[in-house]
Parts: sequence; structure tokens; C-alpha cells
Amino acid sequence: MSRLFGIIHRDLRLALRQGSDSVMVVTFFVLTVVLFPFGIGPEANILERVSSGVLWVTALLASMLSLDRLFQADYEDGSLELLALTPTPLELLVLGKVTAHWLTTGLPLMVAAPVLAVLLNMNADGFVTLLLTMLLGTPTLSLIGAMGAALVLGARRGGVLLSLLVLPLYIPVLIFGVGAIDAAVQGLPVQSHLLILGGMLLAALALTPWATAAALRQALE
Amino acid sequence: MHRFANPARFLRLASAILPWSSALSALLISAGLYFALFHSPADYQQGETVRIMYVHVPSAWLAMACYSTMALSSAVALIWKHPLADLIAKAASPIGASFTFLCLVSGSLWGRPMWGTWWAWDARLTSMLILFFLYLGHMALINAFDDPSRGAKAAAILALTGFVNIPIIKFSVDWWNTLHQPASVSKFGMPSIDPAMLLPLLLMALGFTCFFVTMLLIRVRTEIIASKLRAIRMTQIHTAHVAVPVTE
Repeated sequence: MSRLFGIIHRDLRLALRQGSDSVMVVTFFVLTVVLFPFGIGPEANILERVSSGVLWVTALLASMLSLDRLFQADYEDGSLELLALTPTPLELLVLGKVTAHWLTTGLPLMVAAPVLAVLLNMNADGFVTLLLTMLLGTPTLSLIGAMGAALVLGARRGGVLLSLLVLPLYIPVLIFGVGAIDAAVQGLPVQSHLLILGGMLLAALALTPWATAAALRQALE
Repeated sequence: MHRFANPARFLRLASAILPWSSALSALLISAGLYFALFHSPADYQQGETVRIMYVHVPSAWLAMACYSTMALSSAVALIWKHPLADLIAKAASPIGASFTFLCLVSGSLWGRPMWGTWWAWDARLTSMLILFFLYLGHMALINAFDDPSRGAKAAAILALTGFVNIPIIKFSVDWWNTLHQPASVSKFGMPSIDPAMLLPLLLMALGFTCFFVTMLLIRVRTEIIASKLRAIRMTQIHTAHVAVPVTE
């Protein structure tokens, strides 16, 4: 457990010292969301209708932005190899790095989302659900994304490839995240959507660290 | 299974099977098409468009069977490190992508007169589209590395992860209230489909399977030959490299 916290601590400190990854992710999120009123026009009812989808799609793209840095920097300077040599299981290392990634991207996105929801004129009934879906959904995105990031380590054009690998797997999270918010806005029960999102998070938490660790092992061979 | 991991034995087996499987697939597909187009009744609701189903349904089955083959051989490649299993996964993914594409296109052609739309964002259709993207990602990942064995391993992990999509496709029509109709052939008890329609469907499905086997064998054989050529070229380069200082 202390090793897990050690890795999270290290990654967080690196993120803070090297600066601006999370700031950039949030800036990207805000800027792309702000583009939409210009793109589809400022009519309040249209913006309200698309707000949940716009927020989720842009959050998903934003969380993908910092993915390729998840293992790449450590892979290039060799510290990933050293971390893999320690007695800590690689799966635990992956969990630590994913947690740090979520704390530096998913959490800031969650904080920014309600403000943007106000800008997009979202119905106030959807706010709590928006936060809940982000809370359950963004860690799943980080977990799946980490697997993609580990798979493309050392590949040519890794960044583009990463989006091709990861985006199809993100679709279920997007569907249920948006579905829950839309249900809440229409006054329908949201519990089933949230339960499915929670189920996906648990499944990803249980399964993806193995796949990510396997991918890291073959990258370090 | 370990017996067939030997490329030489595989090549012998492949050249023994290939004439049979290609003849059988030509026979079955032409018989299936004959029954589908001339000797089966038009549906009482769908009219003549039901004949699209004889291409659509088998290609959907094969798209999933192909992914399962790919995932299985990826698992074998990761566990026992059989080089042949990597080649089978690599050979299967373009074939599977083609079947998925055929399934999506034929479904869309059928959907236009029947549902009044080319495409609907329904669970079955969307999960099939995700399958198509998974195939594309698999093909891209295999070719993304300078070292082919790394590409094969990374793609194997991706293929296994993407396998979660297969049960989702299969059960999407039961889990969600979809526009796409539920299963009518593969269910417990008697299939709810007229025998006159079942016959061409099964003929086409068997024909498509034989075609898949034929294509897979040809592609794997080509891969083996290509890797042999690569090895020969490498030794030539190596000997040429050694030979230069001698002639100087």
C-alpha cells in the first residue's frame, strides 16, 4: 500500500514540478466547449439540448491529451525499467500511475465541468448527475487509456495510433454518461445508468491493470 | 495444437486443405446464392429485400467468428509464444474487417427500404461499428513498430481486450430494446425461421466459413513465405557485408 502511495506521490510531484499538464488539459476542455456556441449558434434551447453530449465528448478528448505522457517520459529516460525491476508488482505500479493521471486530469475536468455546464445553459437538474457521471466515468477513461498508452510505447506515430485504439473502447462510457445526464434533465430515474457506469469502472479497475502491465512488460523486453 | 505450431507442417497441411476448402466455398456460396435468389420465398413483411439477409447474416457471424479466432490465437501466441499464432492473428484481422464492412454495408442497404434510414444509432449497429474500429486499430498497431514481433505482441493484448465487445454484440439485442431484430436462428428450441429460408442461410454461412478458412490459409502461407524471404535477404546482406573486406 505504501508503495502505491509512493508512486502516486512521485507522479504527482513530477506533474506539479514539470508544471502545466493539468492546466493545459483544462484549458483545452474549456476552449473546445466554448467553440460549440460559435459552431452551432447561441440559441439557448439548442445548447441546452446538446450540453451533456458536448461536455462528455470534450472531456473524453481532453483526458486523452495527456495519455501519451503517462508512460512515455518514464520509458524514454529509463525510469520505467527501474520501476519494473523493483519488487512492487507492475500491476500496482500501473494502478498508482493511473491514479496520479486521474488526479491530474480527471479531477480538474470534473471541477471545470459544472462551470461549463452553466455556460452551455444546462438544466440545473442535471448538475449533480453530471458530477456523479464524471466521478464514475473519468477514472474508467484513465484506466482504459493507460492500457492504450502502454501498448503504443515505442511505436511510430504513437499519439495518433493511441486515439484509434482507445476511442472505440471509450464509447460505452460516453453512452451511459450522457444517458444519465439526459435522464436527470428529463426527470427520469438515473440510478441504472450510474450503476452501469460504476460496473464499468469496477470491471476496468479489475481487468485493465493486468493488460497494461502485460503491455509494459513486452515494451520493456 | 502444439503439433501444428511447426510452420513446415502447417504449410503441408495448408496445401492439402486449400484445394478442398476453395472448391467447397465456391460450391456452397453458388448453391446458397441460387437458393437465396431463386428458390426461397419472399418474406410476408420484408418482401424481396429479405434476400439481402442471406449475405448480411453470414457476414455478421463470420465477423464475430473471425474476431474470436483472432483473440484465441492471440491468447495462444501470448501464452505459448507460437510464432504461427501471431501470423494467424495478423492474417485474420483484415479478413474480419472485410466481413464487418460487408455486414455494415449490406445492413445499411437493407435498412434503407425497411427502416427508412441508412443508419440508426442502435446498440447492435453501434457495437458492430466498434468491432470495425477494433479491427482497424489491430491492423494499425501490428504495423506501427519497427520490430514486427513487438507489433504482434501489442496487437495480441489489444485483441484480447477488445474481446469484451463480442458478447456485447451477441446479446445487444436482448439487453437493449433495439431497432435490430433479436436472434431468430441461434436460440434454444426450434429456430423461428422458415426451413425454405433457413437452407440458403445455412448454405451461405457454411460457404462463407469455407471462404474464411481458404483466405486465412492463403494469407498465413504468404506471411510464412514473406518471413522466409526476409530471413534470406538478411543473410544475403550479412554475407555481402562480410564479403566486402575480403575482396578489398
